[in-house]
Amino acid sequence: MMPALDSGNTAWMLTSTALVLFMTIPGLALFYGGLVRTKNVLSVLMQCFAITSLVTVLWVAVGYSLVFTPNPSPGLNAFIGGLDKALLIGVHRGALVGTIPESVFAMFQLTFAIITPALVIGAFAERVGFGAMLLFMALWSLVVYVPVAHWIWGGGWLQQMGTLDFAGGIVVHVSAGVAGLVTALYVGRRRGYPATPMPPHSLTLSVVGAGMLWMGWFGFNAGSALMANGTAGMAVAVTQISAATGAMVWLFIEWRRHGRPSVLGIITGAVAGLATITPASGYAGPGGALVIGAVAGAICFVGATTLKRRAGYDDSLDAFGVHGVGGFVGSVLTGVFASAAAGGSETFAMGRQVAVQLLACCTTAGWSAVMTWLALKVADVSLGARVDEEQEVAGLDLTDHEERGYDY
Amino acid sequence: MKFVIAIVKPNKVDDVHNALVALGVKGMTVSEVRGYGRQRGHKEIYRGAEYQIDFVPKAKIEIAVDDAEVQRVVEAIGRSASTGKIGDGKIFVFELAEAIRIRTGETGSAAL
Repeated sequence: MMPALDSGNTAWMLTSTALVLFMTIPGLALFYGGLVRTKNVLSVLMQCFAITSLVTVLWVAVGYSLVFTPNPSPGLNAFIGGLDKALLIGVHRGALVGTIPESVFAMFQLTFAIITPALVIGAFAERVGFGAMLLFMALWSLVVYVPVAHWIWGGGWLQQMGTLDFAGGIVVHVSAGVAGLVTALYVGRRRGYPATPMPPHSLTLSVVGAGMLWMGWFGFNAGSALMANGTAGMAVAVTQISAATGAMVWLFIEWRRHGRPSVLGIITGAVAGLATITPASGYAGPGGALVIGAVAGAICFVGATTLKRRAGYDDSLDAFGVHGVGGFVGSVLTGVFASAAAGGSETFAMGRQVAVQLLACCTTAGWSAVMTWLALKVADVSLGARVDEEQEVAGLDLTDHEERGYDY
Repeated sequence: MKFVIAIVKPNKVDDVHNALVALGVKGMTVSEVRGYGRQRGHKEIYRGAEYQIDFVPKAKIEIAVDDAEVQRVVEAIGRSASTGKIGDGKIFVFELAEAIRIRTGETGSAAL
């Protein structure tokens, strides 16, 4: 018997869609916006809004179909989907995916397609022009996000191999984090970095944004259950546990290291915990979440501080240090903590699963790295990616948008 | 006429203002500035990156006074702005060549 529409599931998924969109606008927008200098706050907000709008159009046009409909050729389907539902043809009021309307499913998935490129902007903040950014993001969505999402969620080869990525540790965080690193290396360091102090212009805004991200992440992880059930409930629990543990661990490491606990530290630790639990969120139990959160706080701390400073790249808002590292580590740990033997919900051979997770992470990272570089190259050659020195000094708000964030 | 510029701690502005009002001073301009003298700045850390921030927030008070009043004004500012700790600030006194009230065109002491 075909499943019928379940209004409970549908209500939850409608809510989750709103929650995850909220994570980008204005959650991530404020989190990142507060971290940059005053003269660039609008550029960050603008990038988030623009990416939201741009990706929506691309998703409706071809993105949704290429991820979630099968390619006519089974061989090609391992790699990319088909165009049956381009322009959302066939997605009518009565169409269902499981027990929820397909329209809701498509929009829920869209919010993931939106936040993934939005995460990348943190790496090249304060120095890339708007036009080039827009072109880069259009290309990136199509050549990185769409294929990877198809590989892992749309019936592609990694899903066929048994890769477990409940809510996007690999699809979202690894792909975006690695892309961030590549873009940061490509465009180079901000003028004056690292000698010149560039403190956040408004940690207050960033805290507001972080709170929105934490709350929205319930939709991100628990919504990925596509149902209002025990899996979603446990996803909420492990998300909360991991966020809180990540925050506390980062806090205490920083307290010990630098003598003071910081606001920037606690919110970053929470985000690290959230990113790292993402791939395991539908499978792990509370014990696993405690471990994953703690590991996230510690390893992402290193990723965003020591690693970044020793290697010398300017990943301005730690897209790689937090999301890339967290997503990678969390996805590999999923191979352990998703297992019933470790308090999770799945049954599998742990050794093999960890290997599959590693393979998925590495191939996604590699694909993202190469395609990101290419997409940025195209944008750079056409429109010029890095703004010139005068523009960078004046700030993107004035030079790209002729607006000021604060008029007092 | 003299022009007095006082750089004081921001939390002392109200005390200075009250002291000057008590003296009969009829107007002043206050602005938020940053600076340092002997007071060293402070350290800030963002995700492990340590920065020495030299400039400290201060308030600048500007007043035009009659020659006859300047001694009392300077003393009042000095008393009310003092905390006894490093960073209390400084007072500078300049010669004021002319003052004009824009609304009426009055000049000199009548404009103060």
